[in-house]
Amino acid sequence: MISRRHFLQAAMATSALYGVGAFGNWSRLAAQQVLSQDDLIGSSDFGNVTLIHITDIHAQTQPIYFREPEFNLGVGPVNGLPPHLVGDEFRAAFGIARGSALDHALTYSDFEALARSYGRMGGLDRIATVVNAIRAERPGALLLDGGDTWQGSLPSLRTQGADMVGLMNALGVDAMTSHWEFTLGSDRVREIVEGPLEPAFLGANIFDVDWDEPVFDDYRIFERNGTQIAVIGQAFPYMPIANPGWMFPEYSFGLRRERMAEVVDEVRAAGAEVVVLLSHNGFDVDRQFARDIPGIDVILTGHTHDALPEPIQVGTTFLIASGSHGKFVSRIDLDVRDGGLQGISHRLIPVFSDVIAPDADMAARVAETRAPFAEEMAEVIGTSGNLLFRRGNFNGTWDDVICDALISERDAEIALSPGFRWGAAVLPGQEITREDIYNVTAMTYPNAYRTEMTGETLRMILEDVAENIFNPDPYYQSGGDMVRVGGMGYRIAPHGTTGARISEMTLLSTGEAIDPSRSYTVAGWASVNEGTEGPPIWDVLESHIRAQGVVEIDPNNSVDVVAG
Amino acid sequence: MTATRQQVIGTGLAAAAAFFGLPAIATAADLEEAINTFTSGATTGEGGLTLIAPEIAENGNNVPVEVSAPGAEAIIILASGNPNPNVATFNFGPASGSRMASTRIRLAGAQDVIAIARMEDGSFIQASQSVRVTIGGCGG
Amino acid sequence: MVDNVTARVRVPREASAGEVVSIRTLINHPMESGQRRDDAGEIIPRSIIHRFTCDFNGTNVIDVTLEPSISTNPYLQFEAVVQESGTFQFTWYDDDGSVYEESADIAVS
Repeated sequence: MISRRHFLQAAMATSALYGVGAFGNWSRLAAQQVLSQDDLIGSSDFGNVTLIHITDIHAQTQPIYFREPEFNLGVGPVNGLPPHLVGDEFRAAFGIARGSALDHALTYSDFEALARSYGRMGGLDRIATVVNAIRAERPGALLLDGGDTWQGSLPSLRTQGADMVGLMNALGVDAMTSHWEFTLGSDRVREIVEGPLEPAFLGANIFDVDWDEPVFDDYRIFERNGTQIAVIGQAFPYMPIANPGWMFPEYSFGLRRERMAEVVDEVRAAGAEVVVLLSHNGFDVDRQFARDIPGIDVILTGHTHDALPEPIQVGTTFLIASGSHGKFVSRIDLDVRDGGLQGISHRLIPVFSDVIAPDADMAARVAETRAPFAEEMAEVIGTSGNLLFRRGNFNGTWDDVICDALISERDAEIALSPGFRWGAAVLPGQEITREDIYNVTAMTYPNAYRTEMTGETLRMILEDVAENIFNPDPYYQSGGDMVRVGGMGYRIAPHGTTGARISEMTLLSTGEAIDPSRSYTVAGWASVNEGTEGPPIWDVLESHIRAQGVVEIDPNNSVDVVAG
Repeated sequence: MTATRQQVIGTGLAAAAAFFGLPAIATAADLEEAINTFTSGATTGEGGLTLIAPEIAENGNNVPVEVSAPGAEAIIILASGNPNPNVATFNFGPASGSRMASTRIRLAGAQDVIAIARMEDGSFIQASQSVRVTIGGCGG
Repeated sequence: MVDNVTARVRVPREASAGEVVSIRTLINHPMESGQRRDDAGEIIPRSIIHRFTCDFNGTNVIDVTLEPSISTNPYLQFEAVVQESGTFQFTWYDDDGSVYEESADIAVS
């Protein structure tokens, strides 16, 4: 039996560290005056197997601002369950004081003010300090990367991921899984995996299209202190749907949960005493995997960018959510004895960049990868008049700017911007550099198209994307947030039924209802179709921001979300 | 199909539509007739027939489907939302090693995939799985 | 007449007597559904592989009826039981009357 005691102990330690009274509300103190590196990283003598989890770094080597979502709806049976909690609900569920450091790290509340107090988060050199500290205490600690590592910045785009591959090798990653990695193209992925990549590249659900055979390793069994630890990889299941399938036409992905059950049996038969799933399924899918697939002890979740200060227990499986963009490192200590998992202790370590000292070696390596592009990235394009962020179910101000840019620069009536979850925030008054622009746009299919669509097609697109996000069965969700729309308002009932969630579509420029049979000029980017024509979105955005000078965004009231 | 439409409508719906030419999908009567042709009108039970298909198709033109029913003589696969609901019939011979088969099928949009097995004792069992075919293109 | 039709099969080279072996087959074929129209608006005639059979030493393993809803380049996977060494014979039947054949030997010990 799993003991819950140690898990509870860990949770209590967390709230004691960051909880009520630690800072009081609305702390104006600079972060380093209240927090210490040792307090953040902590120390533990629990158990005999240690895992370190990072995921969804999106090539962010630098400390960044990243605002957690204000809208993160759970539909059906997961309504109101973590991670579908925001703001007050989130703080109440985990005993976090408003205005505390952990509140700032984990919720959207008072983001701008607290960001000025607590500073940026993340940075690969700080992560290296955390990893090295844990490994000093536990030399055999396994460092596991949940993927979305090689995409999301200008240097990673220009080097086709080479910068991140070198840096993650240096960090000492033992195994990884994948998603956006494949948008570098399957040739490039194979070149990296067969070449410089040191971590095991795991994906039990990556098959070749012709013969339906596994392409990469399903798992790796690590021995640490005489204990056999199986790490199984699960890549993002919906690669050819959410991203351009023509970039990796020879591969098929999918949930393949029957296959996963077989792999779990296989690693158990091979002597694994503890089974870890390094997953890019997204949290709700992983929670369903925990229910449906017996024998997995720990799921290191990814893709949906959730950060949770405690594990979520489903049966005898523990789910860990370690955030994104390098904001957090999870340390998981496991007590593995008598052939099985006896207890778990977990710490979500927030990487406050002003508190945790940079590791000099990693800082130098990062600087080296950035040097060829440093001047280009540093160029100031404009100034932010508002908080620019992306994450949230329905809209983000960065996407509002992108949609405005698409409408003005491409002379469109309506703009569509994909519901990506990656992209760093910019505070009001901050200069917007070219690096900031690439942080929200850097990817390999950036062309900003201009086309005609009927009102009916637009409705069909919104319904289809809504179904991807809000289907009550997690196995029918394919991830991402709602497509961002400029120039058009609509009402959405997330808890509604398939094909009937969207209503009141309105062309904002005239206030008229969208006519299903009329043709509208639509601009967008990140089409999954081969041969999409148009300028890259970063050029469109840069031109727009230059013209604006100071980027001011009106509050976006164009999406009306029906509660329920 | 024009290029502009294809530009945003992804690989799923549009591609399957290209193969079938929407909107001629099967009616409920077509489906019933296809089932009756196989079962001769017998009632179908449940359990004992495993149908594995993805909840979300990666590509509506190429959806993997596996059927397995120990003790079956034959298994038919039907797609309720295709122009013709018949997809494939597997008749197992004396040298078959199991009563399973897998293939890849076209689906003209989201629909239920249905499998029916005719058992050696003359009875029929049925299973179904809802498969979603999506526009896609907005994950991350 | 469909050009460039190539059939490929994957069969284990050896097995033990009574073993159940997995067999996979692929044939390059457009599987024209008969529902599509060309640029001039004319229906493109149906042209598919409509039947597939596999026999082992003259005994049938599986006999499959294929409809236009089967994907381009039909793929089939199934299992056979082998009691003695012999030859798998695979046959695909095209609407246009063509018959494509392939075979694979297996050594049973």
